[in-house]
Amino acid sequence: MNESHESENKKMETTTPSSLADVANAKVQKAPGTRAMGTGLETRGIHAWFGKNHVLSDVNLDFAAGTVTALIGPSGCGKSTFIRTINRMHEFIPGAAMAGEVLLDGKDVYAPGTDVTKIRLQIGMVFQKPNPFPSMTIGENVLSGLKLSQQKVSNKDELLEECLVRAGLWNEVKDRLGAHGGSLSGGQQQRLCIARALAVRPQVLLMDEPCSALDPGSTLRIEETIRELSDTMTIIIVTHNMQQAARVSDYTGFFLSEGGPGQMIEAAPTSEIFSRPRDTRTENYVTGRFG
Amino acid sequence: MTTISTPTPTRPWLPSTKDKLRDLFFFLLSIVATYVIVAITPMKGKLAYFILFFLLYMSLTAGLQYFARGSAAAKDAFVSSLVAVGAVLTVMPIASIIGTVVSKGYKGLHLGILTTDMSLAAPTDPIANGGLLHAITGTLTLVVLALIMSVPIGILTALYLTEIQGSLSRPIQFLVQAMSGVPSIVAGLFILSAVLYPITKGYSGLMGALALTILMIPTVARTSQEVLKLIPDDLREAGVALGGTQWRTVAMIVLPAARSGLITAVILGIARIAGETAPLLLLTGGGDTVNPNAFNGSIGSLPYYIWKSFNAGSPEAITRAWAGLLVLMIIVLVLFTLARLLGTRKVAR
Repeated sequence: MNESHESENKKMETTTPSSLADVANAKVQKAPGTRAMGTGLETRGIHAWFGKNHVLSDVNLDFAAGTVTALIGPSGCGKSTFIRTINRMHEFIPGAAMAGEVLLDGKDVYAPGTDVTKIRLQIGMVFQKPNPFPSMTIGENVLSGLKLSQQKVSNKDELLEECLVRAGLWNEVKDRLGAHGGSLSGGQQQRLCIARALAVRPQVLLMDEPCSALDPGSTLRIEETIRELSDTMTIIIVTHNMQQAARVSDYTGFFLSEGGPGQMIEAAPTSEIFSRPRDTRTENYVTGRFG
Repeated sequence: MTTISTPTPTRPWLPSTKDKLRDLFFFLLSIVATYVIVAITPMKGKLAYFILFFLLYMSLTAGLQYFARGSAAAKDAFVSSLVAVGAVLTVMPIASIIGTVVSKGYKGLHLGILTTDMSLAAPTDPIANGGLLHAITGTLTLVVLALIMSVPIGILTALYLTEIQGSLSRPIQFLVQAMSGVPSIVAGLFILSAVLYPITKGYSGLMGALALTILMIPTVARTSQEVLKLIPDDLREAGVALGGTQWRTVAMIVLPAARSGLITAVILGIARIAGETAPLLLLTGGGDTVNPNAFNGSIGSLPYYIWKSFNAGSPEAITRAWAGLLVLMIIVLVLFTLARLLGTRKVAR
C-alpha cells in the first residue's frame, strides 16, 4: 500500500493530466444509484450571498447515493459556501442569503416547516480544522451528537465501537476512551470528528477540506476511511489537493470565480475531469497552469 | 570505531557568574549611595529612600550598558528596570495592606469570635467579650443571596450578547458598561427608595443583597461575555452540525468549555461586593445579634461591624475593627479558593 502510494506521489509531482487520469482510472468506478439508500441529493439553481456580495451563482449538481464527489477549484470560488448551503450551515453567517433548492430524497431542505436539526442529522459535516469538544472525553465526543439531538440508544457501547472502527480510530483509542479529545494528535482528532459525525447515522457526509491541516500519513488514513464509508453513504468532499480528488472520488466538480460570483464550470466522472475535460479552464486548472 | 563523547549541557545565553557579581555590586552600590545621599541632604522619609534607590539603580545599570554595548542596550536596560519598578510598585501597597491588617488584626482574634456575637457586649468592652458570629454569618448570607440572584442574570445577559446577538445587543452592552460604573451608594439609595420604603418598610438581609446584586451583575456579565467570546465558533458550528439546537449546543458545549472562565467571573463578582459598605449602612440595619432570617429584621455584616467599631473610637474598638478586616480578608480568600477548586476539579482529574 505504502509503495504504491509513494509511486503515485512521484507521478503526481509531474502533474500532467495523463498521470492524474491514470490514478482516477485505476480506481474501480462504482455504478451510482444502485444501492437502496434513498434517491440521493440534488441541488437546483443554488445562489449564495454574503450581504450584497454575490458569491455563488446557479449551481446545479446531483449526488447519487453511495458515491464520493470531490469539489475542486481555487480559493474563494464558493466550494465551501456551496456545501454549507446543503446542510443549512450557511445561514449561521450574519448577512448570509441564498436562493435555489436542495432536495434530499426529493424534499427541499429549505421548505417552510422543515425541522432544520433533523436535516443536519441526515447531512453530517466534518470541518477543515479538527474540533473535538474540549470538555468531553473521547467516548463522550463520539456520542455527543446523540445527546445534542436528544436521541436515546440502548447499545451505546456497540455504537461507540462501531463508529470508531469505521473512522479507523478504534485500535488507537480503545484503551483510553475516558481521555480528553484534546490529548489526540491532529489526525486522530479529525478521525474522532468523523466518528462523531457517523454516530448520528447521516445519509450524506460533507467534508470541508478535512485533510488540509494534517500530515500525509493522517491524510492517507482519512482517505481510506472515506473509501470505506462510501459503501453506505453519499460523500461530498471539498479539497485543494487534486491528487486527493483523483484518489478518493467517483465524480469531480470544478468551481471557479472569474471576478464575479463563483460558478460550477464542469462536473463529470473523476477520470474524465482529469483526462479529457470539456472546458479549457478546467484543463488549465487540473494541469496546474493556474490556481 | 570511535566513541561519541556527550558534551556537558551548557546554557551560554544565561548571565555568567561575573555578570551576576557585577549586577549585585551595582545593586549594593545603589543601596549604599542611597543611604549616603539621604544622610547628607535634607531629604527624609521612606519615600525618599525608594525613589532615590530606583533612580540610582536605573541610571547605573543603563550607564553600564551604554558603555558596554551602546545606546540601544542602555535604553533596553532602562525600560527593563522601569517595568520592574512598576511591578514592585503594584505589589508594595497590596503587601503593605495585608501586612498591616494581619499585624494589627491578630490581636483582636480569639476563639470566641466564631461562637459569640455582640448582643451582650459593647465595642468598647475588653476584646475577649463578644464576637463576630453575627457579622460573619451576615456577610455570608448577603454574599450567597447576591450570588443566587446575580450569577444567573449576569450569565444570561452574557449569553444574550454573545450567542443570540439580538437587536438589543448594542443598548444592553452600553447599559451593562454604564452600570459597572454606578457608585455603590446609588445602588443602596435606589433599593432604599424603590423597595425598602414603599414595600418592605424595614431593614433586612434581602434589601442589602438586592443592592449588592445591582453592583455584581455588570461584573459577572462583562467578564462572562469576554470568556464566551474566546470560545471558538468552530465548536458552536460543530454542535449545530450534529443536530443540536442552539440551546443544547450552548448548554452542552459552550458553557462547559468556558467553565473555568465563568468561575473567574463569579470570583470577580464576589470580590466586587464582599467589602461593600455604603449600601449595607442604608439597608441592613446592622444588628448585633445573629439573624438567621435573611428576609426580615436587621442583619449584621463585617463591613458594618468594622465601620461601627471604628466609630466607637476606644483602643479596644479599633482593635476589633482590625480583627474584622482580617476576618473579612480571610473569608474572601476562602471563597476564592473554593471557587477555584470547584472550577478546576474536572480538569485536574
